[in-house]
Amino acid sequence: MIQADLTIILPEIVLAVYAMAALIGAVYTSKDGLAPVLVWATSGLMAVLAIWIAMNGDGTNVAFNGMFVDDGFARFAKVAILLSAATVLLMSHEYMSRRDLLRFEYPLLVALAAVGMMMMVSAGDLMSLYMGLELQSLSLYVVAAMRRDSAKSTEAGLKYFVLGALSSGLLLYGASLVYGFTGTTLFSGIIQTVHHDDISIGLLFGLVLLISGLAFKVSAVPFHMWTPDVYEGSPTPITAFFATAPKVAAMALFARLLHDAFGGVISDWQQVIVLLSVLSMLLGAVAAIGQRDIKRLMAFSSIAHMGYALIGLAAGTEMGVKAMLMYLAIYVTMNIGTFAFILMMERDGKPVTDIDALRQYSKRNPGNALALLILMFSLAGVPPMLGFFAKFGVWQAGIDADLFGLVIVSAIASVIGAFYYLRIVFYMYFGAENEDPLDTRSTPVLWAALMGSAALMLIGVFYQFGVEGAAAAAAATLVN
Amino acid sequence: MDNILSIVTFIPAIAAGILALFLHGEDVAAQRNAKWVALVATTVTFFVSIGIYSGFDPSNTGFQMVEEGRWLMGLKYKMGVDGISVLFVLLTTFIMPLTILASWNVTDRVKEYMIAFLLLETLMLGVFMALDLVLFYLFFEAGLIPMFLIIGIWGGKERIYASFKFFLYTFLGSVLMLVAMVAMYADAGITDIEALMSHQFSSESFSVLGIYVVGGMQTLMFLAFFASFAVKMPMWPVHTWLPDAHVQAPTAGSVVLAAILLKMGGYGFLRFSLPMFPVGSAVMTDLVLWMSAIAVVYTSLVALVQEDMKKLIAYSSVAHMGFVTMGIFAANQQGIDGAIFQMLSHGFISAALFLCVGVIYDRMHTRDIEAYGGLVIRMPAYALVFMLFTMANVGLPGTSGFIGEFLTLMGAFQVNTWVTAVAASGVIFSAAYALWLYRRVVFGDLIKESLKAITDMSSRERLIFAPLIVMTILLGVYPSLVTDVIGNSTAALISNYDTALAAAEAATQTAASH
Repeated sequence: MIQADLTIILPEIVLAVYAMAALIGAVYTSKDGLAPVLVWATSGLMAVLAIWIAMNGDGTNVAFNGMFVDDGFARFAKVAILLSAATVLLMSHEYMSRRDLLRFEYPLLVALAAVGMMMMVSAGDLMSLYMGLELQSLSLYVVAAMRRDSAKSTEAGLKYFVLGALSSGLLLYGASLVYGFTGTTLFSGIIQTVHHDDISIGLLFGLVLLISGLAFKVSAVPFHMWTPDVYEGSPTPITAFFATAPKVAAMALFARLLHDAFGGVISDWQQVIVLLSVLSMLLGAVAAIGQRDIKRLMAFSSIAHMGYALIGLAAGTEMGVKAMLMYLAIYVTMNIGTFAFILMMERDGKPVTDIDALRQYSKRNPGNALALLILMFSLAGVPPMLGFFAKFGVWQAGIDADLFGLVIVSAIASVIGAFYYLRIVFYMYFGAENEDPLDTRSTPVLWAALMGSAALMLIGVFYQFGVEGAAAAAAATLVN
Repeated sequence: MDNILSIVTFIPAIAAGILALFLHGEDVAAQRNAKWVALVATTVTFFVSIGIYSGFDPSNTGFQMVEEGRWLMGLKYKMGVDGISVLFVLLTTFIMPLTILASWNVTDRVKEYMIAFLLLETLMLGVFMALDLVLFYLFFEAGLIPMFLIIGIWGGKERIYASFKFFLYTFLGSVLMLVAMVAMYADAGITDIEALMSHQFSSESFSVLGIYVVGGMQTLMFLAFFASFAVKMPMWPVHTWLPDAHVQAPTAGSVVLAAILLKMGGYGFLRFSLPMFPVGSAVMTDLVLWMSAIAVVYTSLVALVQEDMKKLIAYSSVAHMGFVTMGIFAANQQGIDGAIFQMLSHGFISAALFLCVGVIYDRMHTRDIEAYGGLVIRMPAYALVFMLFTMANVGLPGTSGFIGEFLTLMGAFQVNTWVTAVAASGVIFSAAYALWLYRRVVFGDLIKESLKAITDMSSRERLIFAPLIVMTILLGVYPSLVTDVIGNSTAALISNYDTALAAAEAATQTAASH
């Protein structure tokens, strides 16, 4: 019995044991001298695990009496999480080491955060959900404050921690209410006791509190306040990390909780998700207009994008979950490319985040400028880039679920949002001449990430490498 | 050739790819190569597209030369032409080599400039040939990107404002259209345009948010498509992006904008609004007709007071597009034939007028009407060409402009005499602003010092105008060249439209009698 359980969670065990062993090993040996090796080793291991999960997973397996679920949905999310975390880790290597930020804890904290995220997407119980969530969050708090001598970074970490603790509190309170009214913490138990006809007010409270806690993690409005500050304050590679893997994990967890535990009361949570979605899209679109700092801008952009992904969740259908997974996969790819570009933005060796610095960038570095142009249009959702198909998918699901109002609002929000993506293009191509140009420095990893992600935005229109089929299969296992 | 449509569509894109990959450097030789590649590619596209025309059978009202293939997310790649679209394809391939020739003096980022135009041609051709909703949207929307860049990079002083306004206006219109497209897909389960034309969308009236919607779903979908096409046309009162975009765009950009991009709106009405939402169209007809009449009169009056030549021509474009929408929503043979004719003719005339402005702008670097006067003394050939197109713009019999205006007015007269009467007065206004412009620029004494050394058109410029002159006069004296090709398709469109309306009427009556 226990052996069967352990086989199911083997990828998580491998990664966790690796992180702990490496931690001890590094402490007793050369410490930070080992960091570059650990970055590559962690990335490599995560990539191998991703391939392993993608290749070997099959069917739905339940471990520890339903606390841990390994199904197609979890595998899809895990592959996305591991691959994006591995890529971002590699991208950060050079940036961190040149600034003396490359401590050996960094790759290991990322690895532990990844373990937490894998736990989250596989959670089959409120307790394993919380465990995964906290493992992820605690690692991220530390990583956000990585640059100890910078007030901004410390502030980011502290802010993230305090607000994160608040959201965990909400989540726990919600979980305890749900437990109190259903008598079980297992998702499979909850779904059997919760019916639409007799949902009690206390249970509804618990549900809303759970949703609030998770909304905080996906930075949906009105629980988004931490996002711009943390994005801006953290070192850029860490911001890139925040914008990718944790978002996938939190959204997947959101979908898992709502469908696996509360699939019987879709109409009760649908309205809450619709509200979160509408607010996120509108605020993300409007608030980003005034931003001059590209990291803050990307923070609001990610808020808006989570709003679009939530449309898929709000639909409450298999089609919706599939659209949401596709959206997340495309979103993560776009963000990796964009952040690879932001990591290259330097002047005299110092990172620059003011979008003014991009003026006439296209003249000095036409290749990179073109790649960013493609990414910006893709983020804005302009065809023929893949970003359009992401939006098209969620809209299709939204209309299918009769959420016309939501889809129309999101269409309008996407136009407002287009403005600030266009402005970046505008600075690169039309802006006035810049006396103080950016360095044209780049590393092979960053260049490959930028070009690869831009190329995928175009290639993806013709061939999706089986992602669409996997997303459909994943959605089918979650919603039934 | 089985897939001639795809070949024509993608020749420019392939040329753009070749330019992007194999052409390096910013020196004069590289610039010349870029221009020649673009010119050859667009010319080849034109000659291949003649194959579409010669293979086209006007007596067949269905789609011809159809190509079909699978694509992602259950979508399809489907291309085809019918009588309504085939001439727009030819118009596009015809205008593009001329725009490249007109850009021969560009010196800033020539390679990128040519790539933008070549991609734009592919996307515009795709719009006219796509037979799948999403494919259509893709081409329709993606065309914004090169145009945004063309205005923004190679435009005039206020180019930033103009390019943003252009992009956001059209983008807002088209996302609403996209929402309607998704709703259509949800309702019909298909995205095939040909099949959607025979799909009956519900026209049962209902209340939404306390507003009683006559024509139900069809009216709502019509409005969503209308938001997109009306902005693109552009119709009054959402035309304000056009003067800005025209004034700031480089000459070739203005030409493409006026000659081809504006036609996408009219084409969209004919391809989607009338055949797919007949009840919705019928409900909104009066509104659209009055908006057209207002557009004709209002923008003509606005054109009268313009100081800037390009702005004047831009407003005149809006007025001429008013005739087009009027003809389309008259929904009879003369009206729709006239509307298509007017669009084609305006494609030649407005292109020529913007090129005329370009000729003197290249020499004097100003578009102020005030800065000119007496050009006929130094530039007789130019004066002649400009005269011809001014007259064509006014709608002088013998030029193609006359046929279009006359047919649309005749079509509209059978539906709504008042609208026609108002719009007909616009013809007089158009004579007023066009002739006054011509008088101020070309006639009078040559007193301005700066103009004393101006030179007449070069042989390259004459070469650009020659085909436009031929087409304007040819269509003016022999309009059957167009109406024979489009006639059967428009007749089929109208009979389907009338049948659908009659069926909807009958359905309402049966519902009422029960």
